[in-house]
Amino acid sequence: MNDSEKIDISVDIAGIKMKNPVMVASGTFGYGAEYSEFIDIDQLGAIVVKGICLDAWDGNKPSRMVEVPGGLVNAIGLQGPGVKGFDEKYMPFLRQHDVPVIVNIWGRSLEEYGEVAAAFENMEGVSGLELNISCPNVKEGGIAFGTNPTMTADVVAHVRKKTSLPLIVKLSPNVPNIVEFAKIAEAEGSDALSLINTLPAMVIDIETRKPVLSNVVGGLSGSAIHPVAVKLVWEAAKAVKIPIIGMGGIMRTEDAIEFMVAGASAVAVGTANFIDPEISLNVIEGISAYMQKHGMSSVSELTGSVLV
Amino acid sequence: MKIENTKILKHSHLVGDYRLLVLDAPEISVQAVPGQFVHVRIPQLEGSALRRPFSLYRAEGATISILYKVIGRGTAALATAGEGSFLDVMGPFGNGFPIPDADIMPILVAGGYGVAPLYFLATRCSQKGVLFVGGATDLDILCIEDFKSIGWDVRVATMDGSLGTKGLVTDVLDAWLKDNSDRDDYSPAGQEIFACGPDGMLKALGDRTIAGGFNGWLSLDKHMGCGVGACLACVQRLRDEYNHDYWGRVCKDGPVFESRQIVWE
Repeated sequence: MNDSEKIDISVDIAGIKMKNPVMVASGTFGYGAEYSEFIDIDQLGAIVVKGICLDAWDGNKPSRMVEVPGGLVNAIGLQGPGVKGFDEKYMPFLRQHDVPVIVNIWGRSLEEYGEVAAAFENMEGVSGLELNISCPNVKEGGIAFGTNPTMTADVVAHVRKKTSLPLIVKLSPNVPNIVEFAKIAEAEGSDALSLINTLPAMVIDIETRKPVLSNVVGGLSGSAIHPVAVKLVWEAAKAVKIPIIGMGGIMRTEDAIEFMVAGASAVAVGTANFIDPEISLNVIEGISAYMQKHGMSSVSELTGSVLV
Repeated sequence: MKIENTKILKHSHLVGDYRLLVLDAPEISVQAVPGQFVHVRIPQLEGSALRRPFSLYRAEGATISILYKVIGRGTAALATAGEGSFLDVMGPFGNGFPIPDADIMPILVAGGYGVAPLYFLATRCSQKGVLFVGGATDLDILCIEDFKSIGWDVRVATMDGSLGTKGLVTDVLDAWLKDNSDRDDYSPAGQEIFACGPDGMLKALGDRTIAGGFNGWLSLDKHMGCGVGACLACVQRLRDEYNHDYWGRVCKDGPVFESRQIVWE
């Protein structure tokens, strides 16, 4: 046995057993099949699929995405097939694979969040739910729930009652105090936290003086938001006992490790998938190499090891 | 579909803002069909920059060729890539043009660099057809010698009249279609349009194919994110067989659509 075989990079996030701590973030990996022609998706820690609400949802008009220095601003608007469409079109493929599937869910009302969560209760092949209360690109639901403490408490508590699956709440960075929201999610029964969703942003074409995105505003992702995300993960990790999945601008192994040192138990690669479909696998290898170099045998030695 | 690290064999200036890029890409070349595109990482841009999609102009042996216009920051950066250096290329992506049956008269209609995938299509047709190509000036009219060398009929329109007929490419096409339809042996089912160019031109062509009762295969040019159907950025309003409208993905469901599938905004 060589040294690399002694290193255990498996993690257990909210009861979901993962081969490694590297997931792919919702909205950046489709429903898994889109990237399966380029990489062996079974090597990923988990796949978080594009956001699903109860019924098929049209999304926003184009233009939906614009590149900016250090990332991109998107306003896709959660286009999706709904619970039934997801089950029929995408789950048969995912069930053939040996990788945990986490479904990102959203709703337009408290009741709808509960109904969507309940709809996955007996769906074979679903390992957990990621509760999206932080999407900046839909008029109802989304970020409205994630930026008001009372609404956050209500929606997490309501969804908690409707599902026995591991529940991960995805928090918005667009709040004055992330600790308050992290604690609320934990108190209301969330099993883990995803940090962060995109940052609200806007791009204007100065020749036409019109917003580039049809939705006027969108969410910023990519390298530009990475230091913001690291800071929020660090703050939240000190305040809660549940595991944190760090995401926001991971473009290379070092970014992923930085999240873990700040306090994340796992990470998710997002925007970078669009540019390099192999990046998540490279990050998995890179984490092993880093641990070997630093004499670590378990990922838990990495998590929260920041010296402040 | 592959991710290939390709060597730049040739990278040259054509005319105006147009450039030709020839890459050593054996795995992509062997799979490529006309109308498909490749998604290119531009090494001169920062690491967080998205890839850029380019239609294939040629795929011969181990090489692929791209004909592009320097329009924005991505193509301006690409223009500085030197021969002998390497480009990270994904592809071939998307649904290309159907190769017309031998008894079909292929009518190719191009706007500017939209001619590139149509030349690739012409090389894969067993019959000779006609190419209509339009642009602002003679500097926007590319590849016409390519078509003539394989025996195709070429009709040119420029807005300033510097080459061919002055006016829109659809004006020249309309006159030709009318002459054709006056012939005794004319049948609309015997012709199909294959087109690539700006949306306005494609819509005008689509309208003609629907009114005329023949097929029109239109290749759309959109800004793309992932190129593989995951990000849902490059959407176009489409209509399915149940008459239901939805946002389809140009990268994965297209970029070539039959004109009746497209709902123009």
